[in-house]
Amino acid sequence: MAVAQIEFSKELESFVREWKDKPGNLIMILHRVQQEFTFIPREAAERLARDLEMPLARIYGVITFYHYFKTTKPGKHRIAICMGTACYLKGGQELVDETQRILGIKGAEVTANGLFSIDAVRCVGCCGLAPVLMVGDDVYGKLTTDQVAGIVAKYQAIG
Amino acid sequence: MAYKQFILVCGGTGCESSKADDIFKELHAQAEAQGVAKDVQIVKTGCFGFCEKGPIVKVLPAESFYVEVKPADAKEIIAEQIIKGREVTRLLYQDDSNAKRIKTEEIGFYQKQYRIVLRNCGIINPENIDEYIAREGYIGLEKALFEYKQDGVIAELKKSGLRGRGGAGFPTWRKWEFSRGPVSDQKYVVCNADEGDPGAYMDRSTIEGDPHSVLEAMTVCGYTIGASKGFVYIRAEYPLAIERLKIAIKQAREYGLLGDNILGSGFSFDIEIRLGAGAFVCGEETALLQSIEGNRGMPIPRPPFPAIKGLWGKPTVINNVETWANIPVILTRGGDWFAKIGTETSKGTKVFALTGKIKNSGLVEVPMGTTLREIIYDIGGGIKSGKKFLGAQTGGPSGGIITAEYLDTPIDYESLTSLGSMMGSGGLIVMDEDDCVVDVSKFYMEFCVDESCGKCSPCRIGTAQMHDIVEKITKGLGKLEDLDKLEKIGHALKRAALCGLGQTAPNPTLSTIKRFREVYLEHINGTCRSGKCKDLVTYSIDKNKCIGCSLCARKCPVNCISGSKTEKYTIDASKCIKCGECFAVCKFSAVLKK
Repeated sequence: MAVAQIEFSKELESFVREWKDKPGNLIMILHRVQQEFTFIPREAAERLARDLEMPLARIYGVITFYHYFKTTKPGKHRIAICMGTACYLKGGQELVDETQRILGIKGAEVTANGLFSIDAVRCVGCCGLAPVLMVGDDVYGKLTTDQVAGIVAKYQAIG
Repeated sequence: MAYKQFILVCGGTGCESSKADDIFKELHAQAEAQGVAKDVQIVKTGCFGFCEKGPIVKVLPAESFYVEVKPADAKEIIAEQIIKGREVTRLLYQDDSNAKRIKTEEIGFYQKQYRIVLRNCGIINPENIDEYIAREGYIGLEKALFEYKQDGVIAELKKSGLRGRGGAGFPTWRKWEFSRGPVSDQKYVVCNADEGDPGAYMDRSTIEGDPHSVLEAMTVCGYTIGASKGFVYIRAEYPLAIERLKIAIKQAREYGLLGDNILGSGFSFDIEIRLGAGAFVCGEETALLQSIEGNRGMPIPRPPFPAIKGLWGKPTVINNVETWANIPVILTRGGDWFAKIGTETSKGTKVFALTGKIKNSGLVEVPMGTTLREIIYDIGGGIKSGKKFLGAQTGGPSGGIITAEYLDTPIDYESLTSLGSMMGSGGLIVMDEDDCVVDVSKFYMEFCVDESCGKCSPCRIGTAQMHDIVEKITKGLGKLEDLDKLEKIGHALKRAALCGLGQTAPNPTLSTIKRFREVYLEHINGTCRSGKCKDLVTYSIDKNKCIGCSLCARKCPVNCISGSKTEKYTIDASKCIKCGECFAVCKFSAVLKK
């Protein structure tokens, strides 16, 4: 089997070293890997299996169990639409439908230009602002569907 | 240097999202520019709770409570209030009933609230340990170490009657006592901050606003049961809370309140943060412990309970954020004081995240025994835009719906359970006549199907079956016998599922069938009165009322409305996606929804 090559930054390498011998380290290390790559590339998981001396199957068992970990690269601007109960009651699903319609993507798809992906997420904890849509770290609250196009256009312009 | 005035800016997630940070920076810049930086201290605090009207800014000692503040208002707040001592009246909260601008203590939202857990939220700077200490912080720990000792701590907790706030309401002292008993080389203390209930954010706000209260309580627990290590298991989706917790842990270590030989007592204890990764089931304690160990978060059968055999097989006390936050106050003021608050069986207060179709969304803390009517109408200000109350969901996907006839039930653990709901985490979601209980029940079942870990078949299969049946009903394809089937599967699931997630998953469906059977029957007969279930709704235009303004046609996202001024407009039902946009925009009630 060919040995996969993937560069880890120095910070990531030292993080893995620091956590290597701590019990229950896997989830913390996966978080750090995802922070670096925005998802967990197959090669990174393979490298962790070697570095941590852990079966690859166990690593994938954990990655696929938790919603937070992604195995495919998301868009540059990640649109997260809150589907917590408060947002759902106030039209979260309509925001999802409208955003999908505007961007022409569904599920975990990414737009052809790599700019956008959509996640319907669990409560982001700003229920007072329901319904909520986030692009990256920017929060847009108390939205109606006709505002979505404008928000998307803003990030389209940034590129 | 003594400051004459203080400006408190809400730094909770809701307000931060609406530019509270810019307001904070602009206030600083303006204070500097207008030469009063030495006279006024500007602090970013935790959540004020009144999220509906955020961002919130409060000025002391004048007690001015400013709502929906914008960065551009900073200049005026400094120039008028700080320099000239004149309140900026246009920013004060406006009372609906008489349109009067009023102060904090007069705001209906805050009357009837009693803040123990949220005592410091919106008051102190959560990133400064000195402010926590100045408000009786770490006195509980000191008393525990040097006055109460282990037996005394347990005795105070027992007197207080404190019960776990995360779910079932197990007496806290007993849990601690269980872990204290066994002799073990290592024991653990765990804080459950994996707030997975969609629509609840009490734990997040508590940690964001007052992280030390959790650290102090965990340290006391470590001392009492003989543990030297604690973990806070917190959702990765809460970056601000994680950051403040990190700062708090660092400061506590610097002050000798965490680490070796705490306050010279010879007792050593340290706390580490572990991140969750988006699995609702990890709120279940055995699954949470699995996750801390770095595994798939799947629950294991109890007994043995974690108190005896928990993290890495060692005795482990696990409590949720709100339970922890009560403990320092109980130790400082005594168990007897705490026991005076609340009802016979449920002592103290409960924090609710009041959301949904309510006028004043926000975080509220009330004594146990307060009625839902007081929370929804007196504190929450009633239903938005004068609609009719349909029901309130407590306990999220594990709870049930409470209808108008039970609004006057005093809330405690027992009363909620007897209503087919539960205290749960404290999400309180208000629904109005525009909401459909069958649709909401589908929403929660979908959530449970998604979050079921798949380990035990009753939950893995049962939730999926229930979801499919409910979905069928929302499409008008249900049959009468489906309701019996739902009840049968639901009751089996309650008995047979391995953990709390599965055992409570049927609650939203069962409680809505019980309380709103006629609505289910209507769906089976092909109608949804609220219009939420899109398969059961058709839109059309009344030609007699249509004036041909073309607004609906212009708003229609799929261009399925055509017509002209003379011919009026019609909807092509084959293309219609039933988004309801035309219905919402028509000013002449010409769009009909059936």
